[in-house]
Amino acid sequence: MTRTHDLVVVGAGVHGSTVALLAARGGLKVALIERDQICRGASGVNAGTLTMQMTRVALIPYAMRAHAMWASARQWLGHDVGVVVCDGLSLAFTEQEEELLTHRAGKRREAGAPIEIVSGQHAVEIEPGLSRQVRTAGWCKVDGYANAYQTGLAFRRALVEAGVVLYEQTAALGIEIVHRGYHVITSKDPIQGRRLVIAGGVWIEPMLAWLGVHLPIKVLVNQLSVTERIAPVMRTQVGVASGLLSLKQYPHGTVVIGGGWQGKGDRVSGHGEIVPDSVVGNVRLACHAIPNLISARLTRSWTGFEAETADALPAVGAIPGFTDAYVCGSVHSGYTSGPYIAKLLADRLLGREPELPLFPIERLLATEDSR
Amino acid sequence: MTPDFDLMVIGAGPAGCQSGLAASRHGLSVLLVDEAADAGGQVDRAPASGLLMKLAEHGENGHELRRRVINSAITLRCGCRVWSVSDGFRVDVAGPSGHEAFSAPRLSAASGAYERVVPFPGWTLPGVIGLAAATTLIKSQGMLPGRRIVLAGCGPLLLLVASKVLAVGGEIAAIADLASPADWLITLPRALRRPPLAIRGVGWAVGIGRSRVPIYFRHGVRTATGRDRIESVEIGPLDRSGAPAAGNTISIEVDALAVGHGLVPGAEIPQLLGAEMIFDRLHGGWIPQVDKFGRTSRPGLYAVGDGAGIRGAEPALLAGELAGLAAARDAGRISAATYDYETKKPLRRRRFYAPFADAMAGMMALRPEQAAGIPAETVVCRCEDVTRESIENAAAAGALDVNQMKHFTRCGMGPCQGRMCGDVAAELFAQSRKVQRDTVGYWTARPPLRPVTLSDLVGSFEYDDIPIPRPPPL
Repeated sequence: MTRTHDLVVVGAGVHGSTVALLAARGGLKVALIERDQICRGASGVNAGTLTMQMTRVALIPYAMRAHAMWASARQWLGHDVGVVVCDGLSLAFTEQEEELLTHRAGKRREAGAPIEIVSGQHAVEIEPGLSRQVRTAGWCKVDGYANAYQTGLAFRRALVEAGVVLYEQTAALGIEIVHRGYHVITSKDPIQGRRLVIAGGVWIEPMLAWLGVHLPIKVLVNQLSVTERIAPVMRTQVGVASGLLSLKQYPHGTVVIGGGWQGKGDRVSGHGEIVPDSVVGNVRLACHAIPNLISARLTRSWTGFEAETADALPAVGAIPGFTDAYVCGSVHSGYTSGPYIAKLLADRLLGREPELPLFPIERLLATEDSR
Repeated sequence: MTPDFDLMVIGAGPAGCQSGLAASRHGLSVLLVDEAADAGGQVDRAPASGLLMKLAEHGENGHELRRRVINSAITLRCGCRVWSVSDGFRVDVAGPSGHEAFSAPRLSAASGAYERVVPFPGWTLPGVIGLAAATTLIKSQGMLPGRRIVLAGCGPLLLLVASKVLAVGGEIAAIADLASPADWLITLPRALRRPPLAIRGVGWAVGIGRSRVPIYFRHGVRTATGRDRIESVEIGPLDRSGAPAAGNTISIEVDALAVGHGLVPGAEIPQLLGAEMIFDRLHGGWIPQVDKFGRTSRPGLYAVGDGAGIRGAEPALLAGELAGLAAARDAGRISAATYDYETKKPLRRRRFYAPFADAMAGMMALRPEQAAGIPAETVVCRCEDVTRESIENAAAAGALDVNQMKHFTRCGMGPCQGRMCGDVAAELFAQSRKVQRDTVGYWTARPPLRPVTLSDLVGSFEYDDIPIPRPPPL
């Protein structure tokens, strides 16, 4: 039998890792369990976009604060995640898209995102690599991107330094309620903690089911692609009115093409597969936005799982009916907002009043009737 | 949706052509795709069109194979780059006619092998090329890699390249062979099982002997140096394991170095489709687990030729024949009796050739000590300039498998998609973690199978043609 930790966190993506890190820094003895490795699921394979223009309106206040956290990762995390803060543009190519863009930008601006609507010509001045077919653009200076694949190394170092006990390549298989705490059954030794945080991304649904709690989580299989290193073709983070594109060129020259075009896959096998027609569509949209991309070579396409609740808002808060047990996840564009939302939960765990409200899950629980 | 074909074969080398031919002979409709301009693969690579080259002895085999494919009912699509292979099976190609997709319930992966170069200081200088790359240059373009060349590395490719360079009048300054004369001699009894190959090999050896090219056995390249391109090669003695040994080194002025340390199976297709893989050091590294007819663990997926383990051209032809027959059998086109009858001879011939194929594979297999001898500051991943030291630092920072090491270092993220460095990088990483090689895994295979230019992928299109999905909720 191992010792009892103050807190056991299941799932080491951005959410679980941040909660574990901040709780450990706040004085708790923390164990972090991950079936794979730190930030190697969605948190390590997403497009790294840090934008307000794809964020849910209700999440804007969180995303704004999270953006500031990413921008200062070197200070609070202590390690580099390759964050670049730059202008962001969201493009409209048709009249319909102009309407959509203006409407959505207005709502996001009301929620606190400093988005300005500019003409196509102005957008080209901001981003000379842009297509001349842009009619209107949303321009936001709180934008940018991180190097998602570096997230794991940065968090791993910080977690080790903070004294978090890491159980990597250790799959959680079940949870038992024991006297004054929880007992996580794993593929290796069981791990015990007084408090529990479930941060398993799309696997939150089966994990909560271990406790008899039924929170439906839809699995989005987002596709991404990356080019070889090429000479500079763009300097901003570019999206489109509908939100179905994210595009940026990293300092080392590769261009990452994302936006949530759907591949195939399921959480049971954990396996995702690209849909070739979706790659072609996504790449066409990218080349339409930044025409000089066309001569680059595609070197890799892949998929990542994004979790979505019934109302597409996060599941972050106490698990009803269980003492000292919490859930943290299902944050749309969760990479952008993740660190801040996880920080709010860490504050709750440490007995501090969170600066902004959490997202209690009672609203999402399937009742006996609906099951 | 009705499948387009009964069988799709990716790769038109000996194994792919033969699996297509055997299946086609039994009435299966077959699509054979290759990225090269003509069938033949690396072994029987066709001269580029417009080049009048005297067909060498082996070139005639390629000519005959191409003739048989063209005269068969096989649909041959050359110059087509397969970029995606997905469940079902569906194959997406980018080629002269833009982006196309084909489907079939059966797929034969015959994508061959690529070259392994164990890095040394200076291996990324212009003028340093692989042994297999040199044969491609000579066979396809009739061109020598340089005027004064050193050949180095191990295995039969050394002899092959030497004989080809001499045949077109090139100057070989020296040959540095990891093997000793005794290593070659012990393959002789096995070689005698394949008289035509043995005679060819002896012929090469005699030709090289007559040319008075200095051969340094149990030697390897220490460094290549030069300002903008290679100017000089330093070779030095090796021990039995391929690690640098004490002794005098020799400096040789050159303008080219062709160096290769065997071949690595190109097994991305079975990997991508989730077939069971096994680590087989003798046959080049990670290969799909197959039955004796080439069936992988994925129903309908066959793997043949060097991509399923390095064995050389003739066993590849036999493996192709067997997988083609298995596809015909699995499609219900031939009876169990016909299948048993027709597979008997190729199975027997393959067993007969196996000892020689394994002896040659053994000369080319990566020895752990070869990797251990790479200096710390030497670049291992040439696309991303990742050194041996960086790979070791990733292990020290807690990376557990090669994919996590890749995230920590960018090793393998470049346009070669990890082909050039993958095998050696995994070896170094396993050694620094002090674990068995197979526990660190292999790169996760992802599309595109080869880098593909976006223009080839998207073709010509209007904005309205893009099926932009419905926007997510606000």
